[in-house]
Amino acid sequence: MTGTQWKFSSTYVVLPTENVDTDQIIPARFLTTTSRAGLGPNAFNDWRYLADGSPNPDFVLNKPESKGAEVLVAGHNFGCGSSREHAVWALAGAGFRAVVSSTFADIFRGNALGNGLLPIQVSPEVLAKLMSSHTPASKVTVDLETSTLTLPSGETVTFPVPPFSKYCLLNGIDEMGFLLKTTDDTAKYEAAHRSSFSTLAAAGAA
Amino acid sequence: MSGARTLFDKLWERHLVRPQTDATPAVLYIDLHLVHEVTSAQAFTELRNRGLKVRAPQRTIATMDHSTPTTPGGFKAMPVLDASATSRKAQLDQLAKNCEEFGIPLLALGDKRQGIVHVIGPELGLTQPGMTVVCGDSHTSTHGAFGALAFGIGTSQVAHVLASQCLLQTRPKTLEVRVDGKLRPGVSAKDVILAVCTRLGVGGATGHVIEYTGSVIRALSMEERMTVCNMSIEAGARAGMIAPDETTFEYLKGKPHAPKGAEWDAAVADWKTLRTDEGATYDQTIVIDGSALEPWITYGTNPGMGMSINQPVPDPASLADRSERDSAAKALKYMGLEAGKKLAGTPVDVVFFGSCTNARISDLRDAATVLRGRHVAPNVRVLVVPGSQQVKRQAEAEGLDVIFKDAGAEWREAGCSMCIAMNGDQLRPGQLAVSTSNRNFEGRQGSGGRTLLASPLTAAAAAVTGVITDPRTLLEVAV
Ligand code: SF4
Repeated sequence: MTGTQWKFSSTYVVLPTENVDTDQIIPARFLTTTSRAGLGPNAFNDWRYLADGSPNPDFVLNKPESKGAEVLVAGHNFGCGSSREHAVWALAGAGFRAVVSSTFADIFRGNALGNGLLPIQVSPEVLAKLMSSHTPASKVTVDLETSTLTLPSGETVTFPVPPFSKYCLLNGIDEMGFLLKTTDDTAKYEAAHRSSFSTLAAAGAA
Repeated sequence: MSGARTLFDKLWERHLVRPQTDATPAVLYIDLHLVHEVTSAQAFTELRNRGLKVRAPQRTIATMDHSTPTTPGGFKAMPVLDASATSRKAQLDQLAKNCEEFGIPLLALGDKRQGIVHVIGPELGLTQPGMTVVCGDSHTSTHGAFGALAFGIGTSQVAHVLASQCLLQTRPKTLEVRVDGKLRPGVSAKDVILAVCTRLGVGGATGHVIEYTGSVIRALSMEERMTVCNMSIEAGARAGMIAPDETTFEYLKGKPHAPKGAEWDAAVADWKTLRTDEGATYDQTIVIDGSALEPWITYGTNPGMGMSINQPVPDPASLADRSERDSAAKALKYMGLEAGKKLAGTPVDVVFFGSCTNARISDLRDAATVLRGRHVAPNVRVLVVPGSQQVKRQAEAEGLDVIFKDAGAEWREAGCSMCIAMNGDQLRPGQLAVSTSNRNFEGRQGSGGRTLLASPLTAAAAAVTGVITDPRTLLEVAV
């Protein structure tokens, strides 16, 4: 992965709903999978399809102009509810590389950053502008390196990204790799702190 | 830094393997990692792909709960497994395989300790004050009731903890939720936390760890404290916690995994230090008058959309912000409820007693208080799903199962069941349910299903009357 991959322009989809929870992003009945792949077609399943399985023509993702959009713009507190990382896998599987909102739920934000789906937090005013000025041809430009989002009007706003997440994404380093390099410190910590609970094995749980 | 620290500060500092810097998050040690079938498979795959082992299997325990059948006999009693059951069974088999391969103890279906992950941790005495507890599940906040720092994580982080026993974390802010006064009869812990969610809103505590304080919280039993901490995530909080006290120690003493003998005394001495010091400050505080609370119920499609049971449904038109107004109107449309109208008297189709919020023994006793000697209303389906096999056995020893069955309710095996509707227990489109669980999102209990969240007492009142009812009218206590 390189910096250039983290600068892109795209049309965007507007989902004006607030508090979009992860049960809407990926309903629980799709969580029986043991793989990360294949969830894209079920992203927003119950809003996206009618009871007979056909696409709901009123849902924004089914509009012809939504095709190919890599950015989702949604109401505040996006991704609340369950910790299911499947929500992020489903959005990425549906072709999204960034979600723009005025606030994100904590667990969703962490899951998204870990998977390279950028949670772009903007002010309520900027969010309102993106929604009200949207046309099928409107494009935004996302640049992770400068942490900026360029609106269709040309106005550029910055968004917060934890420095460590940015470093990992730009350099293709993952958190696991970083954690595995801290094992010496972990061993020291473990030596200094003994567990208070009797181990499960000792209690015959196995 | 001043000497006065909050409970959260103490828990955080105790677990720092590496402190947070400007460039990197803190590396936090995890004492207890709970695993279940739905959010772990991809994490084990990652370990396998990277050739990694589980660093501390003795700090890890797995159970099966989210997608397990709760019908008597389980999978074995099903004549044929449909596509959904086949895929659920495959996921459960995969968990068993993963636990075997990586040396993790598993409380599988059929084990007498099996149950909802957040019910079994405490009842086995695994959850203890001062610990960090994580699970690939947002209701891990439940364990905070013991004065632990407990929070939900995504599957990538499940892999991190399996491999390193650590997590990268940025320090959250603190929020004190103080509930003063004394609860009135018929008002329970669930009503307290639903009222807190209403006050904060579904995202109101985002970025914060809540500490619950005040006389109402101190007077709660451990099971009630778990109900409160459980739903911290429904206000967006990272975690919720309550400082340990005699109630906590009393609950833990003698539990299978609790310390014994001299170790117990040493542990209690240490646990007593786990409280917010005089003079320590929180980033925010809210105060709720517990004496004024009434039975609470939700009317919308997130847990923040609640009200006291005798109020009319709030009118979206009264909201100033346009998108808030639209979202509230959308929620009422989905729920099929009318603004300005009281909920009392609304007919219900299903009543669900269950979930990690309210399926412990005290919750079932509450339900039984109302159901004893009464019958479920015609056309209402009532499911009672104990939180664990242990709760089930205890309930049966007390004869509660007989009360439920005599009343016409279904008495089930332990699991998450209709809380998440993955296992075949679900609402049909359009059905209206009163549930003791924690989420009323669209379709949470089955596609097109509609959920009202309430306490076991309120759910029981709906079960026997067939309509939304203030439980105090059946309990002969003042309304
Ligand atoms: S009972 Fe419901 S909320 Fe609790 S762990 Fe199970 S699915 Fe999650």
